Amino acid sequence: MIKVEGLTKRYDNFVAVRGIDFEVEKGQIVGFLGPNGAGKTTTMRILTCFMPPSEGTASVAGYDVLAQPLEVKKRIGYLPETPPLYPEMEVGEYLTFVGKLKGIPTADLPRRVKEVEARCAVTDVADKLISKLSKGYRQRVGLAQAIIHNPDVLVLDEPTSGLDPKQIHETRELIRSLAGEHTIILSTHILSEVEQTCDHVIIISKGKMVAKDSVENLTSRLRGQASIALEIAARSGELNDADVTATLEKVAGVEKVIVRDSPVNRHEYEVETQPGQDVRAELARAVVGAGWDLNELRAAALSLEEVFLELTASEKAQGEQQ
Amino acid sequence: MKNVLTICEKELNSYFASPIAYITMAMFAILFGFFFWNSIGYFVSISVQSVAMGRAFPMDINEMIVRPLLLNTSVIGLFLIPMIAMRLFSEEKRSGTIELLLTSPVHDAEIVIGKWLAALALYGTLLLISLANIGFLFLYGKPDWQPMAAGYLGLILQAGALLAVGAFISTLTKNQIIAGMATFAACLLLWVFEWVGGYETTAWAKTMTYMSVVSHFEPFAKGVIDTKDAIYFLSLTFLGLFLSVRSLESLRWRS
Repeated sequence: MIKVEGLTKRYDNFVAVRGIDFEVEKGQIVGFLGPNGAGKTTTMRILTCFMPPSEGTASVAGYDVLAQPLEVKKRIGYLPETPPLYPEMEVGEYLTFVGKLKGIPTADLPRRVKEVEARCAVTDVADKLISKLSKGYRQRVGLAQAIIHNPDVLVLDEPTSGLDPKQIHETRELIRSLAGEHTIILSTHILSEVEQTCDHVIIISKGKMVAKDSVENLTSRLRGQASIALEIAARSGELNDADVTATLEKVAGVEKVIVRDSPVNRHEYEVETQPGQDVRAELARAVVGAGWDLNELRAAALSLEEVFLELTASEKAQGEQQ
Repeated sequence: MKNVLTICEKELNSYFASPIAYITMAMFAILFGFFFWNSIGYFVSISVQSVAMGRAFPMDINEMIVRPLLLNTSVIGLFLIPMIAMRLFSEEKRSGTIELLLTSPVHDAEIVIGKWLAALALYGTLLLISLANIGFLFLYGKPDWQPMAAGYLGLILQAGALLAVGAFISTLTKNQIIAGMATFAACLLLWVFEWVGGYETTAWAKTMTYMSVVSHFEPFAKGVIDTKDAIYFLSLTFLGLFLSVRSLESLRWRS
């Protein structure tokens, strides 16, 4: 459905995106993951024909973004990072305007507006001025605007940024429900969002693609190298950090034990393991065997930053080997 | 064409949903009302004088009231047109709605023409207000309507040209105030270029005089429709709109 080859975008003396390649199949939800300034928005703007690429090609539903932008635009719904709303318009009026702009026949327009209002749960504010809406409603009106012409492809730029947890949950549900009929690309800098919403993930950093995989593969690949967090307590008396470190380091597969800053009377440690080794059971046995209580043991979730370090580091290593 | 109307309609609604339309209309009504009252007062005092001196020749309403009034209206336009045009693109750039327009299946030219037409329609609404005053002339006198119609045509052509220039300037900045100021400066320059012709006869002075809005509007105010003048306004309109479209296009490359 979407095909991107060697996509590069240069601004005056700054390269925002360098040589990105990827393909998205029909009906997939692809997460575009990267820190701020990684080139997510730029890539999306190129796909939606807002700006042309400096090099490389991108096509949507078989139409090239440079050669046939009108055909591409007809098939794409786009929600930019700030929803493109006119504050002085009412919700229904705004959706009608967008519908006309997207070329929906006048006869179908009222029905279609009602449909997307219901779909995005904004029916109860249809007569309200957009300037009076809360952030969550604005985001949903933005989504309604993007799907009004029933596009093949939906491009959503950080659809959950700035929402409260309940709204984030609702928005994710809505996006999931849109999958299947639409091919969706969404950008985010939140790792868990990709895990919860997407089938596939493309990770970019500093304009370069560092990983492209299904969500399961990527998480399991990273899990193997994850660190493990432990909270240990002594059954009686004081617990000595040096003893604990020595005991844990003896477990096979453990690379390093870090004593974490923790509140008084609590002892927390982080254990880094060798790639591909699951040492959780061994660790538990070692702790209990030493006569301490194991209060908590969990695989520490990788933050986005760690994912990047991990991925860019392994790439560098590969490069050096070659 | 359908897209042009869609955008024009939305733009007009935006004008009338915000105070802009009402404030420009009120300001225009006050200014035009003053000029009208002033011309009538002058006309009445002259006619009283001429009767007192026993030379009661028929006085020409078109010549003595309508013509100066039309020239004054053209000046009011110089001030109001920047205010009408400044938000056309600046506002969309600032609020990010430009992304919606530029990623919708419409041509850049349709966006530009739609917005320009809406601005011109608002200016047309102002002129309609002035007709209320003009109505009194028909009520109490017998003015010629044809020269008046030519004058109004001139006003609309002039507004079309200056609004196109304003639309172009508005594509250049996110800031409405900057767009308004720059458009005002451009309008004023196009107005005063004519002064050079007063003391210079060189080619560049002639060119500047030709570029002046006034020198092309004056014939219309007299009731003369000269193709030369109409072509001047139409080509300025075309230039402004063309530059706006190119500027929108370049926005894609630069932004």
